[in-house]
Amino acid sequence: MAQIFHRSANTLSRVTIFGAIFIAGFILWVIGGIVRSPYFTNQGVQREQAVPFSHQHHVGGLGIDCRYCHTSVETSSFAGIPPTSTCMNCHSQIWTNAAVLEPVRQSFASGQSLQWNRVHRVPDFVHFNHSIHVAKGIGCASCHGRVDRMNLVYQATPMTMEWCLSCHRNPEKFVRPRDQVFNMDYVPVNQKQLGPQLVKQYNIRKLTSCSTCHY
Amino acid sequence: MSDDNKLDFQQFRERVGDLRGKEYWRSLEELSRSEVFDEFFQSEFPQQALPLEKGVDRRDFVKLMGASVAMAGLTACRAPNETIIPYVNQPENLIPGRPLFFASAMPLGGYATGVLVESHMGRPTKIEGNPDHPSSLGASNSFQQASILGLYDPDRSQVVRRAGEISTWSEFVAALQPLLSAARTNGAGLRILTQTITSPSLGAQIQQMLTQYPGARWHQWEPVSGDNAREGARVAFGGYANVIYDFTKANVVVSLGSDFLSEGPAHLRYARDFSARRRVRQGDARPMNRLYAIEASPTNTGSVADHRFPVRPSEIESWARQVLAALGGAAAVPAADATPATPVAPQAMARDLAANRGASIVIAGEDQPPAVHALAHALNSALGNIGSTVLITDPVEVAPVNQLESIRQLVTDMNAGAVQTLVILGGNPAFDAPADFNFGGAYQKVPFRAHLSLYYDETSMLSHWHIPETHYLETWGDGRGHDGTVSIIQPLIAPLYNGRAASEVIGALVGGLDATPYQAVRNYWFGRGATEATWRQWLHDGLINGSALPARGATGAPPAVSTMDTVGAPQDGLELIIRHDPTIYDGRFANNAWLQELPKPNTKITWDNVMLMGPGTAEDLGFGGRERDPLVNERRTRMAELQHGNVRMELPVWVLPGHAEGAVTIFYGYGRRQGGEVATVKGPGFDTYPFRRSTTMHGGPGATVTMRSGSVYPIACTQEHQSIDPKIVGDRNIVRAATFAEYQTNPGFAHQGHHAEFELSDASMYPPFQYTGHAWAMAIDTTLCTGCNGCVAACVAENNISVVGKEEVVREREMHWLRIDRYFKGDPGNPEIYHQPVPCMQCENAPCEPVCPVAATSHSEEGLNDMTYNRCVGTRYCSNNCPYKVRRFNFFHYADYDTPALKPMRNPDVTVRTRGVMEKCTYCVQRINHARIEAAKQDRRVRDGEVVTACQQACPTQAIVFGDMNDPGSGVAQLKKEPTNYALLGELNTRPRTTYLATIRNPNPELAAAAAAGKAEAH
Repeated sequence: MAQIFHRSANTLSRVTIFGAIFIAGFILWVIGGIVRSPYFTNQGVQREQAVPFSHQHHVGGLGIDCRYCHTSVETSSFAGIPPTSTCMNCHSQIWTNAAVLEPVRQSFASGQSLQWNRVHRVPDFVHFNHSIHVAKGIGCASCHGRVDRMNLVYQATPMTMEWCLSCHRNPEKFVRPRDQVFNMDYVPVNQKQLGPQLVKQYNIRKLTSCSTCHY
Repeated sequence: MSDDNKLDFQQFRERVGDLRGKEYWRSLEELSRSEVFDEFFQSEFPQQALPLEKGVDRRDFVKLMGASVAMAGLTACRAPNETIIPYVNQPENLIPGRPLFFASAMPLGGYATGVLVESHMGRPTKIEGNPDHPSSLGASNSFQQASILGLYDPDRSQVVRRAGEISTWSEFVAALQPLLSAARTNGAGLRILTQTITSPSLGAQIQQMLTQYPGARWHQWEPVSGDNAREGARVAFGGYANVIYDFTKANVVVSLGSDFLSEGPAHLRYARDFSARRRVRQGDARPMNRLYAIEASPTNTGSVADHRFPVRPSEIESWARQVLAALGGAAAVPAADATPATPVAPQAMARDLAANRGASIVIAGEDQPPAVHALAHALNSALGNIGSTVLITDPVEVAPVNQLESIRQLVTDMNAGAVQTLVILGGNPAFDAPADFNFGGAYQKVPFRAHLSLYYDETSMLSHWHIPETHYLETWGDGRGHDGTVSIIQPLIAPLYNGRAASEVIGALVGGLDATPYQAVRNYWFGRGATEATWRQWLHDGLINGSALPARGATGAPPAVSTMDTVGAPQDGLELIIRHDPTIYDGRFANNAWLQELPKPNTKITWDNVMLMGPGTAEDLGFGGRERDPLVNERRTRMAELQHGNVRMELPVWVLPGHAEGAVTIFYGYGRRQGGEVATVKGPGFDTYPFRRSTTMHGGPGATVTMRSGSVYPIACTQEHQSIDPKIVGDRNIVRAATFAEYQTNPGFAHQGHHAEFELSDASMYPPFQYTGHAWAMAIDTTLCTGCNGCVAACVAENNISVVGKEEVVREREMHWLRIDRYFKGDPGNPEIYHQPVPCMQCENAPCEPVCPVAATSHSEEGLNDMTYNRCVGTRYCSNNCPYKVRRFNFFHYADYDTPALKPMRNPDVTVRTRGVMEKCTYCVQRINHARIEAAKQDRRVRDGEVVTACQQACPTQAIVFGDMNDPGSGVAQLKKEPTNYALLGELNTRPRTTYLATIRNPNPELAAAAAAGKAEAH
């Protein structure tokens, strides 16, 4: 009886069997790449907003402090999205007829809130607190990037758990002096020396217990 | 089933006497130690792994599995797009993400108890007690905790109805006008029916209405009416009076059927005061108080008593008379009927009381006839307690009346056609009025009937007009606490369902300009000297300082006992006791699923009402026999027909050790026919109001019970659910107890004798975990726990715990993170009762942690066993390996994600868990993290008392103490040093962070000696 398989099938089967482990590894590597990709993390994705609010103009250009609008960032878990009345503090005086601000005036007149598309989102089972990060010397730009250079805000960092832990495990690499927290232009001079010093000074603990964030 | 499985109480008794048998037992079934019961424990969660029920066969199952695996990839999700909706004008003081607390007060039975309400951006989510309010002192009960669900309840009535059809408020007001002008001219025919009212402003409004319509009359009715206490005080003091007890000064307390620790407007306060005298600590030489409880049906108060005498209700009066006679009260014993089972006891009690003149309390229960109340007052008077431990004030109620007579008059007038217009403000008399009055029938003879209520209920069905009522968290009002302290009830949220307050309905009757409830309350108090400053102060404090009623001077002559009505001699035959349900009250909370699923104290039954009886009575009735299987009384039971007067009804029988023989107890509140899906469909139970006639308001003699063969009724009783396997326990004692005298000679009793062999070293193969920061720990003083359920309800509210329903509870799937185990000790006829709250022990060597294949449960650096819900894949290994059985698995999608009304109710700081996830107590880690963040922002350590767990905060007796064990000055660190401190199953070397202080009771040595002598005689 003739052989059913050609001799070359032996090679093929060997490659398949010994390659299986590499194939599985490759698949995992691909999946790992996908879940870290902006497709899943939304990193760098700009969102349409009802009012095309430009942080570049307001922060970078005009130099308005973060806390002028995000008032509760130092006191609460939530940094706060400004009420319409905050916009109207200025825009009742300037650009009062600008078409682009029509939704803001509408909101103020009608009492209906503006609706913003959320850019930075952590899942419901993660409890993040802005105030403690700010108090411990983590700059806004460390997580949110150079917001002062963004026309429409996008998520500058992946915001995966891996990314959170990179700082929770090594806070000395990211901590900055408290008076520089809201400074978008801050560039560390000698982080290797300054970091451990600040960690000590600010009593920063490496909180990596699950219940730090998940409960 | 063989005869071996008979409910053999003789066998039980022998086992109790057998020293090798267990000293403490949770249930009769455990005591029986049948093989079937052991098997029941060997399968970890006996009914948890049931086959699929909805007819899914193997093929379909495989198909579904295949499809789910194939499509699993599709569900791998990208985060949904969300919007953020900021304010237009942000309110002052409101910081998004941080809750605000407002002081208010919850009225129940007319009396207001101060509460603090947590509000997240305008949504009330949690109730705490107001530490400044004299009726609360910071504690809260299950009704207050569950009132959050009551507020959001989607079954609440949402629209004005006219004859069942949707209508409007203005149409109702218009329809009233012709009637009101008629009433103005001829005056007669206008009636209002309210519940008990202590609200000064509403009372004034009603008085104004009565002045305006001279023929109008005001009736009051509430099923838990307080009539007996009112009449007893009237007999004793010659007029209606309010009686307040000061348990901090009482060395000896005698309860005549009173559940003062968990019922009545002052029970939170009384529990706190009472427990203050039972806190046994090292270096504190103050003696313990002593509580005697004479009662038929076991209550929470009876369960913590140092001496509990289960007697038939009719015998209580003769006990009181004997004590009075022994104290020298003349003509106290009217007849030779005074033959209590233990004749020594009343004498010993009298001696104990006499030794504590001016420092004792005799308190009668609401179920007791007025004569017993009057006798209690006479005893207090004879003991010189009045003015010392017993304070008499003017009545707190606006217009105290005998409510039974009040509604009797109303029904008579309705039948006579004398009532033209009846406006009912709250309450549900068509369901809960005395059965022989046939309120519903008489009501339908009234030409104009309007009913204000939270639900479209039985009375609303019979009314021409139904007005939805506002919840107390939705409207302005006021009310008085047990001592008369006035609280302004301030709303936390605008009415969710178009409700109207009682003051608005009265306003519509009075006519004139519409006044909002806010204006009504404010105008009343501004008319009495309030200023803007005081008003704001009152709202801030939650009470009007100094508004408590002053105590009257001691009355001169003690009340004349001989003239009192007596209930007469105890009779043969069964006596019936009718009580309100411990969790759904008189039926008003029947639609509250949190309360329905709360295990009832002592019986641990959920979602049902049963007929309770003692083991001896059950045996006499033939409860047992061939068809009985060993899970009867834990999982299912049999029906029996109860007959009393001309009323017959089949009710499930439940044997409760410690219930007086010769009596049966039934509970009213269940069997609702209308008023919400939970009330009518999910937890229907049995309507026992037909037994409650005007002559038998609290029961009476002459009941007969006949067992019905064959009919089996499933009962969702949680006592043996997910509880510690008796085989693991072996001969160790889970509960450890001693008398005060034993404690004084041997404070370390909890670690000695029987227990010593189980004490282990901290030996471990691993290096010890270093807790350099905080080390969170809890200590629970079992001496103080009354089993009141306040902590369980608080845990449900704080941690978004799901309700599963009766069928799922039967399958042991209830989700309560905290359970209160009940233990008995001694003779099943009159056992000692112990309560033990069991949350997660947060073991340092936790058996749950190493077995999790995905590291979803892990050790935190502060010693918590973290549970990461999003990581859990639901293997349940952790639960299998937990010796304490404190982990709960979410078998189905128990949390309601869809009902819009329930979404704002949830605590935003805690994840709402989904199906397939294990969950458990975390020591309220959200509160720990909050406190730690606040402390870290100020660069300091968390202070003792800064983190208060939900259970600790609710506990009226402060039995639960939580804190940092690493802080030597903390309360919990001090308690851990107490000699009575012991770990549950500590010999497993789990090193639990939750430990218990052994129970210490203070029995009368004289009675103990007499009991020992009696036992010797019997042998």
